[in-house]
Amino acid sequence: MNWVADDFSPQRRRQGTMSSVFHIDLPLLIGLLLLSILGLVILYSAGNQNIDLIYRQATRLGIGFGLLVVIAQISPRQLKDWTPWLFTLGTLLLIAVLVFGEGKGAQRWLDLGFVRFQPSEIMKLAVPMMIAWIFAESVLPPKLSRIMVALACIAVPALLVARQPDLGTALLIGFGGLVVLLFAGIRWRYIFGAGFLMIAALPLLWFGMHDYQRQRVLTFLNPEADPLGAGWHIVQSKIAIGSGGIYGKGWLNGSQSHLEFLPERSTDFIFAVFSEEFGLIGVLIMLALYLFIIIRGLIIASQGQDTFGRLLAGSLTVTFFFNIIVNIGMVTGLLPIVGLPLPLISYGGTSLVTLMAVFGMLMSVQTHRKFMTT
Amino acid sequence: MAHSLTIKDNYRESQLFNRRALATAFVILLLVIILVARLVHLQILSHEHYTTLSHNNRVKITPMPPRRGLIYDRNGLLLAENIPSFSLELIPEQISDMDATLDALQEIITISERDLSSFRKLLKQKRRFENIPLRFRLNEEEVARFAVNQHLFDGVEVQARPIRHYPFDELTAHVIGYVGRLDVNELNRVDSANYSATSHIGKLGVEKAYEDTLHGTVGYNHVEANAQGRTLRILARTPPQPGHDLKLNLDIRLQQMANEALGDRKGSIVAIDPNSGAILAMVSKPSYDPNLFVNGIDPKAYGSLRDSKAKPLFNRALRGQYPPGSTVKPFIGLAGLEHGYNHRHSVFCPGWFSLQGDDHRYRDWKKTGHGTTNLDKAITESCDVYFYQLATELRIDKIHNFMKRFGFGDKTGIDIQGELSGLFPSREWKRRMRNQPWYPGETVITGIGQGFTLTTPLQLASATATLAMHGLRYQPRLIDTIKDVSDDETIRLKSVVLSNPQNWDTVIESMINVVHGERGTARKLAVKSKYVIAGKTGTAQVFGIAQDEEYDEENIAKKLRDHSLFVSFAPAENPRIAVAVVAENSGSGSAVAAPIARKIMDGYLLENKQ
Repeated sequence: MNWVADDFSPQRRRQGTMSSVFHIDLPLLIGLLLLSILGLVILYSAGNQNIDLIYRQATRLGIGFGLLVVIAQISPRQLKDWTPWLFTLGTLLLIAVLVFGEGKGAQRWLDLGFVRFQPSEIMKLAVPMMIAWIFAESVLPPKLSRIMVALACIAVPALLVARQPDLGTALLIGFGGLVVLLFAGIRWRYIFGAGFLMIAALPLLWFGMHDYQRQRVLTFLNPEADPLGAGWHIVQSKIAIGSGGIYGKGWLNGSQSHLEFLPERSTDFIFAVFSEEFGLIGVLIMLALYLFIIIRGLIIASQGQDTFGRLLAGSLTVTFFFNIIVNIGMVTGLLPIVGLPLPLISYGGTSLVTLMAVFGMLMSVQTHRKFMTT
Repeated sequence: MAHSLTIKDNYRESQLFNRRALATAFVILLLVIILVARLVHLQILSHEHYTTLSHNNRVKITPMPPRRGLIYDRNGLLLAENIPSFSLELIPEQISDMDATLDALQEIITISERDLSSFRKLLKQKRRFENIPLRFRLNEEEVARFAVNQHLFDGVEVQARPIRHYPFDELTAHVIGYVGRLDVNELNRVDSANYSATSHIGKLGVEKAYEDTLHGTVGYNHVEANAQGRTLRILARTPPQPGHDLKLNLDIRLQQMANEALGDRKGSIVAIDPNSGAILAMVSKPSYDPNLFVNGIDPKAYGSLRDSKAKPLFNRALRGQYPPGSTVKPFIGLAGLEHGYNHRHSVFCPGWFSLQGDDHRYRDWKKTGHGTTNLDKAITESCDVYFYQLATELRIDKIHNFMKRFGFGDKTGIDIQGELSGLFPSREWKRRMRNQPWYPGETVITGIGQGFTLTTPLQLASATATLAMHGLRYQPRLIDTIKDVSDDETIRLKSVVLSNPQNWDTVIESMINVVHGERGTARKLAVKSKYVIAGKTGTAQVFGIAQDEEYDEENIAKKLRDHSLFVSFAPAENPRIAVAVVAENSGSGSAVAAPIARKIMDGYLLENKQ
């Protein structure tokens, strides 16, 4: 944790202005910008050099960074006051989606006439906020009764999203909530006990799954059994990554990607395109950038002045990591296929905007401190 | 404990948080290491393996369809060919404004609503770089008109693809059948690799029965392609092996003659070479144009064919089951001789027959009766009473067993599918199928080919050929030879062996008298005949007439009128052709069916120098 720099260094002072006047955390911003630029570079190749795709993605990034700046101006205290309302609103919208929603195959979208959006995106923020809010004023480690309330506040939205069905987002929401519990300091024996229970409940989960979800699990266990059907994604993705080697085939030269063997290469499987063209070295650089952002996020969390800020920042950061590991694990064949994009790199609007809101909150926690302690 | 105090201790909680954050960071690091290990495994340790796979991914095999075998008649005239058909095809990715292009195309080429709707359906299914047909079978004028304007239409082209064509259209529909678009069920039946480039498959007739022979073997191009199948470069090719050509026994000239001879009547004609079972002509009327089915018939045209009262889609030669009427008499007569009846034995015919202890009168067609009648007279003049008597004495099971040896009630085994077996009743059959006992009255009418008895025109022709050959039976065959494959053998069936071979001549003599005898029912045929014909007329009752009624042709609706039948072979002493004619609802056999048969025999024996 040597990132906590000396108060009197020139860098610290400059950062101080960015921090106290604009409420921007410079290291985090630089990390995000670098990854975003990297994302656009890969997207140009993955999208068959379609410049329109880049313009659209850049526009979204612009909107995202705008939202980041706006949210960073809001103090954590203010965020905390809004939390129960945001959570309630989000839960109601999730119910509305199940009743009135639309979307192909899965119901995720809510059409309000002027705008269509996914309420589940709100919940990616609202659930960790809500759990943090529950523990903010209580003595930590928390009592069992409060843990139960918190668990209910996690389970209801997560199950509603899983019903849509959007397993990936439901996982993120559930995970985001549970991480708050972890950071709130619940006893290890609860954590291990719950882990044991979950493993025991796996067979039950199996029977509750949709056919296509079961198929994904089976395909994950043995993708080569059905290389032209459901296993196609995994097999082709592994070929792309493996054939990239140490140095990669070079930008715009990935044959797997450009001969269109790789499905969803602009979105969920963009990591495979990157690995094919930039090789292991490129992948390590990308992972380093991600780690930089995550570590910065954890530092912000640990420097947080109140429980709410600490818990929220910690949860959002770890969930960000979780999102990355699930996506890369899926693309490399370590995990079953779960429809989660690679944060900041994959093409797509809604989740990108949510992500920027997340970093806006992190910056808010970091820059609204009343006095500095080391 | 300190925790019992409900005062928040920010410092303690911060410490607790930091410990947890540290633990989390540790787990994160661990997971990242696992991830990196996985990537090292994929990108370094298995790099060569995946490079090979990646390279193989570039090479794809695209199939090329074989040329379908042609079908010729016995004299080498082409009956089924592959002609280039011009179709207008669009490549979506090269067209900037699809609607404008479609509108502009309609200015120069007629495009129906149906063309448009099926085009739009395909547009959604196919990939952007694939050709999508908009119009099939462009005529030359349309091709020319498009060629002149081609520069205006990027991404639109006229493609020539081979399409099956039947130049004799209606004439061969019930023999050759047709090919049609391959459907999912068929794809499951055939070797899907061999059919990977094939769009059409034999649906009926010879096209279906000889599908394997006609189809050929698929060829392959090894091409560099992307996952969506877009060809980038051809690396190697294995040419397809064309299907074998077929030569039919059918004589299309004779087929044409038979078709004309039948005129507007519904019915069927089958002509067989008794020496081999070769089918020389096989007509079923009315017929239809098989070319309509090749690229999918439009539903309206299909509906009108299907719903037509004349049933043009129905193959009467193979599937039309008619009461044979008096055409069975030579066979029943033969059954009598075989069972010890003397051909000189006479029966008195008063114009009707009754069973003992029953006053029901079975009428003879000749109200006044034939008087004293022996077998020869009974066949020549087609006396019903003689056969009523004979059948009653033989009983149904003996008749059934004898007739079965000629193939009555069984499929002939012709080399195309769809044939029906007809029916020759027996005691056992009636018990099994109807759960009823056999009544003696039913035996009586079986003696003249009425009652339950049903035969197909093909069966009649085949049985007549067997009779002509003194019992030698051949399976009826449409295919003469398969080119490049030695397959011109005939298939011998179990011969009909009589205890006294003399009996063949006795019955054939009577059949000659039917035509050449003074009182023969078909004596008009003998006029100017240059060869000897043996035949038998038949008039099959469609409409049951009550006991006290007269059959009055004028007052009976056309569809209830009797079927006119005639079976014959010639030359009688050295048979070269056997013909069965069934003309539906046309009246008596002597008046209608017999002259038709004569035309065909003349056509074959006199004009065919073989």
